[in-house]
Amino acid sequence: MTQNIQFIPGSDACIEGALYAGCDFFAGYPITPSSEVAEGLAAALPKRGGKFIQMEDEIASMACIIGAALAGKKVMTATSGPGFSLKQEGIGYACMTETPCVIANIQRGGPSTGNPTHVAQGDTMQARWGSHGDHSIIAMTASNLQDVFKITVEAFNLAEQYRTPVILMFDEATQHLREKVVIPEPGEIEVIDRIRTKIPVGEQYYPYLTDANGQRPMSDFGAGHRFHVTGLHHNIMGFPDVSPANVDALIHHLVDKIENKANELARYKEYYMDDADYVIVAYGTTTRSAIQAAEDYRNQLGIKVGVLELQTVWPFAGDIVREKCANAKAVIVAEMNMGQIVNEVKRVVAQPEKVFFSNRVDNQIIKPSDIKAALRMITGKGV
Amino acid sequence: MESTGIVFTASGGQGVITTAIILARSATIFEGKNAIQSQSYGAAARGGATRADILISAGNIYYPKVEEADVFVALMQEGYNKYASLIKPGGLMIIDPRYVKPGNINAKILALPMYDTVVKEIGKPIVYSVCVLGALIGATGICKPESAISVIQDAMPAAFFDMNKKALEIGITLGKEAA
Repeated sequence: MTQNIQFIPGSDACIEGALYAGCDFFAGYPITPSSEVAEGLAAALPKRGGKFIQMEDEIASMACIIGAALAGKKVMTATSGPGFSLKQEGIGYACMTETPCVIANIQRGGPSTGNPTHVAQGDTMQARWGSHGDHSIIAMTASNLQDVFKITVEAFNLAEQYRTPVILMFDEATQHLREKVVIPEPGEIEVIDRIRTKIPVGEQYYPYLTDANGQRPMSDFGAGHRFHVTGLHHNIMGFPDVSPANVDALIHHLVDKIENKANELARYKEYYMDDADYVIVAYGTTTRSAIQAAEDYRNQLGIKVGVLELQTVWPFAGDIVREKCANAKAVIVAEMNMGQIVNEVKRVVAQPEKVFFSNRVDNQIIKPSDIKAALRMITGKGV
Repeated sequence: MESTGIVFTASGGQGVITTAIILARSATIFEGKNAIQSQSYGAAARGGATRADILISAGNIYYPKVEEADVFVALMQEGYNKYASLIKPGGLMIIDPRYVKPGNINAKILALPMYDTVVKEIGKPIVYSVCVLGALIGATGICKPESAISVIQDAMPAAFFDMNKKALEIGITLGKEAA
């Protein structure tokens, strides 16, 4: 069978991933540099029986996908910068109501309207803590377009499996560059659907009752079961319940269902890590320059530099980062922000004083030479 | 693995981004190489100086922008002035003298009257950018003409295929003769 090889931009890789995963509902509001995702799904979804709605604003589009998800759809929205800020209340509501949804935040320069057409990674912490109150979240990213496809499929799978919003933290650079993507055949990558209740319509169904398998099976809203959905602290029936014991159990559940699975949820890639004396921790577009820097140091100086690429950014893969950095003489964290994951890395490694930072915040892609400047400082040798 | 970096600069609307995509697609889909294409992305587009970058390699390509261009194609003075410093010392500079007067630069300059030839031979400026691609292929052999023809055949309406093919061939001849 001939492979389906395409030469497409990152936005199309994300769209193809969403369609492969079974996305059948998108609501959004155009914002640079994410609009291409909406544009592509506006064309693709109706052809396969899906729905696309351009809503009146960012907040409404977040609310809209939550409604559609509760009604049984696999849903997505895409946004950037200011739109991601506006969506935070809705994201919190999706966390609280355990509604599966995928939010692509195609990062641009910030704060505020910032720089709509250029790249940044300034929203890393916002993805984790942008919405108020104790909660946990899954956030993922990728550095090449084959992985943009794959990680988008995974985002839908995890959203459905864990009943949670999943944030795709792509950025302007990966969305607008074109490279080769091999679209897998159906079945090559597993597609996971949510678990639906087997309780017959007419019998009592509890939307927030954990079953013997640790799952909370869902029922498509409007399909027969009567249940309540609220952003207030709620009990197994979904009705408001602010009794201390109930609230305590609820918050522990919302956080633990993700944080306790951090190792299972960790998607990461290693480049030249087997014998690495120096480790560069990177995620998203930054990884590309990190790999180039590592290759240059190995090939030209024989200095063993490796790269640990985090594809799951949240929950932070602390155990894995600690283990992979254990033998490193130094660790460099490369980010296009003022320092967001670097402190997470310092928090988990045995010797935080050996963690260094390489960054760029002028909305240009961090260059291999930027990371090599840090390596030169640490190793005393440069290329 | 060394990669070949090519930068196109032109006036927004002249079609060089399409040219760049055709070339990168030819290299990846028809010749089994890796390629990355990106372009300037901002509020100004039509009429302003636009830039398209391509990296082609038999190996992996990581950093997606061209830092040093092996080949620089300029179809607009403003774009030339802005980006010509990207060319590698001794690199190849392809310009259309109708639009660009090159300065004193350490590069091999091919001044090819691509626009005038297209207008004279075909009469339709719309295929200008395909002629530019032909000139690049003729001068460098960066990809096989057949690969580019296959991409054009896939991507463009059949009614315009002959015209585009002719424009590509005109460009290849111009490029070969000058190189």
